[in-house]
Amino acid sequence: MAQVSSIADEQVSTPLSSSKSILLRISKFNPQLDESSKFLEFTVPYEKWTTVLEAILDVKKHFDHSVAVRYSCRQATCGSCGMMINGKPKLACFTKISELDSDVVTVEPMNNFPVIRDLTVGFEKLFEKHQKIKPYLIRDDADMKSDEREFLQSPQEVEQYIQFANCIKCGLCNSACPTMATDSSFVGPQALAQAYRYVADSRDKGKDTRLNIIDESHGIWRCHFAGSCSQVCPKGVDPAMGIQFLRGYLLGFRS
Amino acid sequence: MKESTIMKIHYGTALASVGLVAVHILMRLTTGFADSLSYENVLANYQSIPYVIMLELILILLAVHGFNGLRVILLELKQGRVYEKAVSYGCVVAMIVLIGYGSRTIIMTNMGMV
Repeated sequence: MAQVSSIADEQVSTPLSSSKSILLRISKFNPQLDESSKFLEFTVPYEKWTTVLEAILDVKKHFDHSVAVRYSCRQATCGSCGMMINGKPKLACFTKISELDSDVVTVEPMNNFPVIRDLTVGFEKLFEKHQKIKPYLIRDDADMKSDEREFLQSPQEVEQYIQFANCIKCGLCNSACPTMATDSSFVGPQALAQAYRYVADSRDKGKDTRLNIIDESHGIWRCHFAGSCSQVCPKGVDPAMGIQFLRGYLLGFRS
Repeated sequence: MKESTIMKIHYGTALASVGLVAVHILMRLTTGFADSLSYENVLANYQSIPYVIMLELILILLAVHGFNGLRVILLELKQGRVYEKAVSYGCVVAMIVLIGYGSRTIIMTNMGMV
């Protein structure tokens, strides 16, 4: 029992004696029970370093433990706590309240994803599309024997794709994409950026396979280069650029 | 047809249309804009073989580009196997009908039916 209590204590990051506070508006919606979402409002104290996730966890601890939120690492590594914060897709653990420059912080579930409950959304389609582009190295001699060395790359070859390997599959890019808002079959910036990550990898031999997969009616050509995906990525990945590079391959400008 | 082939046609028709429509507009300016649209001048244009070829090309390029654009918009608006097939075939049929209707004017003029 004592152990449970200490875990709960650990979750409270902000002392309630803080002098500053914000109005935290949390979207509450259970698709199985509710017809529409409603906002619950809480006055939450915060410090300079308090993140939106910590504020939500304070609400769960002190006011309403039924608020559904997915989180894990709290350091922008796991990609679990993506949500709309004041209308923009962001990671709650990576967004400080003090940086939002607002007395009211509104948190909602990410756009373009099915809501499971409150701030939690379903990632099935994102993972399905990610899997579709074969996110692994394809080559015939991938099974190495004990006396062989690893596939070496020059720093220049690594440079070609390394930023795209930083993707944490948080779904913020798909949430920001205007095409995904109407075209639910669109592959999406996350999967396309990962397709480029492997196509640009000098060790990979599956370029043609992947280009065939994304060259369909709801594939790469449905991107209108709004660039929102690149703007919201918390890891500095530029999916819009990757998509343009992939188009270069399909149009014959790159080989 | 592969989507990349369709999009190459889409970009190509856009570029070619810009060039040919520019020539078409410049031709309007050779005799003064209002004069160039007089009944006799329009008929004369339709009877000039090089000019008619250019008009027919503009018609085809814009019809192909426009209806493919419409297909893309409709595919992004709603999804579903039957709907997508209906949109794709519908756009091809509408494109052919439009080209046929535009060509009819040129053919009728050259056959002395106007």
